[in-house]
Amino acid sequence: MTLGAFISQLLQVAIALALAPLLVGWVNQCRAWLQNKSAPSLFMPYRTIRKLFMKDAVVAENASPMFRLSPYVVFGAMCCAAAIVPSLATDLPFASAADAIALVGLFALARMFIALAAMDIGTAFGSLGARREMFIGFLAEPALLMVLFTASLISGSTSLPTIVEALARREFAIYPSLAFAGVAFTMVSLAENARIPVDNPATHLELTMIHEAMVLEYSARHLALIEWASALKLFNYSCIGIAIFFPFGIAQGGDWAGVLGAAPALIAKLAIGGFGLALIETLSAKMRIFRAPEFLGTAFLLAVLAMLVNLLLGT
Amino acid sequence: MSGVPFYAQIINLMAALLLLLAFAMLAQRRVLSLIDLFALQGLALAISTAVVAWGTHQPHLYGSTALTLLLKVIVLPWILHRLIRRLDVRWDVEGLINIPITMLIGIVLVVFSFNLAVPISQLASTVTRSTLGIAMACVMLSFLMMITRRKAIPQVIGFLSMENGLFFAATSATYGMPMVVELGIALDVLVGMLILGVFFFQIREQFDSLDLKHLEKLKEHQ
Amino acid sequence: MIELVGVLAIPVIGAVVLAVLGARSHAPAVNVVASGLTFVAAMALTVRVIAEGPILVLDRQFFVDPFNVFLVALTAFVGFTTAIFSRPYMRIEEERGKLTRPKLRLYHSMYQLFLFTMLLALLTNNMGILWVAMEAATLTTVLLVSLYRTPASLEAAWKYFILCGVGIAQALFGTILLYFAAERVLGAGGGALLWTELNAVKAQLEPTVLSLAFVFLLVGYGTKTGLVPLHNWLPDAHAEGPTPVSAVLSGLLLNVALYAVVRSKVLVEGAVHTSFARELMMGFGLLSVVIAAFLLSRQKDLKRLFAYSSIEHMGIVTFAFGMGGPIANFAGLLHMTVHSLTKSAIFYAVGHATQKTETQLIEGIRGLVTRSPMMGWGLMLGTLAILGLPPFGVFASEFLILITAMREQPWATPFLLTALGVAFAAVVSRVQPMVFGETTAKRLPHRPAMIPVYAHLAIVLMLGLWIPPYLADWYRQAARLIG
Repeated sequence: MTLGAFISQLLQVAIALALAPLLVGWVNQCRAWLQNKSAPSLFMPYRTIRKLFMKDAVVAENASPMFRLSPYVVFGAMCCAAAIVPSLATDLPFASAADAIALVGLFALARMFIALAAMDIGTAFGSLGARREMFIGFLAEPALLMVLFTASLISGSTSLPTIVEALARREFAIYPSLAFAGVAFTMVSLAENARIPVDNPATHLELTMIHEAMVLEYSARHLALIEWASALKLFNYSCIGIAIFFPFGIAQGGDWAGVLGAAPALIAKLAIGGFGLALIETLSAKMRIFRAPEFLGTAFLLAVLAMLVNLLLGT
Repeated sequence: MSGVPFYAQIINLMAALLLLLAFAMLAQRRVLSLIDLFALQGLALAISTAVVAWGTHQPHLYGSTALTLLLKVIVLPWILHRLIRRLDVRWDVEGLINIPITMLIGIVLVVFSFNLAVPISQLASTVTRSTLGIAMACVMLSFLMMITRRKAIPQVIGFLSMENGLFFAATSATYGMPMVVELGIALDVLVGMLILGVFFFQIREQFDSLDLKHLEKLKEHQ
Repeated sequence: MIELVGVLAIPVIGAVVLAVLGARSHAPAVNVVASGLTFVAAMALTVRVIAEGPILVLDRQFFVDPFNVFLVALTAFVGFTTAIFSRPYMRIEEERGKLTRPKLRLYHSMYQLFLFTMLLALLTNNMGILWVAMEAATLTTVLLVSLYRTPASLEAAWKYFILCGVGIAQALFGTILLYFAAERVLGAGGGALLWTELNAVKAQLEPTVLSLAFVFLLVGYGTKTGLVPLHNWLPDAHAEGPTPVSAVLSGLLLNVALYAVVRSKVLVEGAVHTSFARELMMGFGLLSVVIAAFLLSRQKDLKRLFAYSSIEHMGIVTFAFGMGGPIANFAGLLHMTVHSLTKSAIFYAVGHATQKTETQLIEGIRGLVTRSPMMGWGLMLGTLAILGLPPFGVFASEFLILITAMREQPWATPFLLTALGVAFAAVVSRVQPMVFGETTAKRLPHRPAMIPVYAHLAIVLMLGLWIPPYLADWYRQAARLIG
């Protein structure tokens, strides 16, 4: 493990931690701008997290140790994921610990812990949120796996850095399979990150919540960690999407000077991606929960199609 | 990937689009959108044929393109739209099985067709031979659409879309059938549509609805 | 050359004339005349081909050999006699108020157009045009099946259209595969779909592709032949359409569809040197015979009864062609002929019988012989003929098929015998009370057409006792061609 690699790995995790809340703030700004409203400041999420850290945690009497443990596990899983996904460079020492399939496993771990914590207290909304989250996750995971498989088929390996290097080195051509996979991935990200059209992140109606309902019982540092973890999840998904579908600018191999150039490229791509997300949210309406299977079924279908088309046409 | 000429990439893209449209038709709920999707499918087919004609220097395929364009993008959707307007049909399409399961069955059929097509594509000498699997998949998906629909018009659109898939199979495996045969097929399709139009009116007159459950009364042992 | 043009052109001209004049009262007569002229032209063509051997005309697009020429003659003949039958039948229907003049106009012009598509399918050398003609045949008759506009007839017509349409789409795919295999040997262009060319190079065609093509072609054209399990449209279409349409469907369409299957089988057998095609045909044929025979015992409607009988007989012919060899092929061709003639004769009698008693249900028809001995005996004799009683022709062909089966495919013989026995019991037990006993029949406003019935039965009787030498020679040549 060279020094350069170690530095780029640390830099990547640090940037992820630092920029994730900014991404959330940016998406909120764009959405407000598109809807002709005025948004809170771009750095509001930082202030929220800081405020939460300074408060005293209040925990229910019947909470088990798992309730207190969950936020840390979730946050840790998201940090691990941030370490693996090649957002700045492909020369990541930690990447050998987990490949694309294990990445999906990390997300599943986080989801499982947060759902268990939600059910831990025994309130109605907690269970409701946990059930719905599992429902969505159950349908979204195969789709995400299929997208990653398509990328793996094209590049010949499931290790994320290898995928990114292979995809970045291709010449420009029309790839129907990647187009389908891209659309599928967008749909899956919308579902997993609790965005419209699957879930409204700004809703205050508990009956329509999916993600928010699970964290109703948390306060102070626990809630801060969970909020940060959600922001990290969005950041990670965006980075996965950028790494697979727009891998230009990511520093290759041992080129650690390129890491410095990769950072502005990443920020630019994330900015555009954030705007795109806000656009999608503005233009769509939230679906009924029972339409979610169709939505995710379509995503799964597109992902499978991408894989099959790739197998058949060789593109 | 290098070495695949540009026009072959366009054809692959069109083929993937055709498959996507076939699935979209399978999942579609509204009749008007079904007709538009069918027209889009015809357009993708025409573009693909035109690109093959240009890339492989086969001028007779331009005739096929014109025929496809005229018949499947303009005339047939127009007839269908007129039918819908005169029959005053506005319902949503009901299916026999729900949509996610239909899509899963569709995926199984796609895998099956791809497998079936591989030995044949290996024998073909055309540039577009790898798209034969997609053509067969489109045919199978249209067939599935016909089986799982309860109303008359979606069944007919499934039938027409099956014909689209067959035409694409012909173009991708053999650079198109002889012109006289294609004209004959086109004539058959057109006349079939006209007869169906008359037929729909008869059905509607008799049953006051185009739901096919009225047409399931005859049994084996009557 | 001129005879061929005549055979094809006269029905088209007839269709156009009847489309204009069909609502007049002499339209049925025009129909008969047109069909008669077609028959004359067909006979002339037959004489030509018998004298000179196979001919290939009009830039190799049309091909006439002993196999299809006798089918052309048969088609034209049955078309002619059905037109004769249709005259009084339709007049009675019109008088009873079931059909109006505009519907009759549609009926007459579509009838001629249907004959045209049948003859085109038989005479063309181009496998693609064969497909077009078969599909056109469905299109021309779909509106005829729904002529009465009852709910049941609409359902029957819809089933007919969709099931045959889907089936024929499979056949189109089979044709595409055939063209694909042919193109590699013969080069692109119209020549690659000509049967004569394909026949010449069939040993060079790719076996895997042809096997796959044959499966699709068998499924596709087999749907139109009425092979089980693709037969669902057949009983409904026969039962709900007007009886002349049932007669031509049973007598003509099934034969031509089977002809298409056999032409494909000849090509495939030459390319694939296993007995794959034959086994498939035998399997489907046997399945049709057995299932149809058992379903016969559940029928309550007279026309459906005889529709299932058609399925059974087409199964027998498919089985015969599947066995192959000179005797089985000869028997198959003979069976196609006599079945066509007998079944149409039965339908003529049935048509008038249903008109006399104003019902199609078996239990509503009783004692035909009392009121009208000609009709009653016609039906009885026709039934006995179709069930394979000697000395009628059906017995001869079934006997030949059975002894070939016993010699070459002994495992199939018990099935065949059981099926034939079951069919016999089922049909006779139903027809016997219909013909004898107390009568429910009424008088008809016009004299029924009994001449076609007895003419057909006479021919079938003759074929059972003595096959004219030129006919036997004809069959033998055709049998050799089928292989």
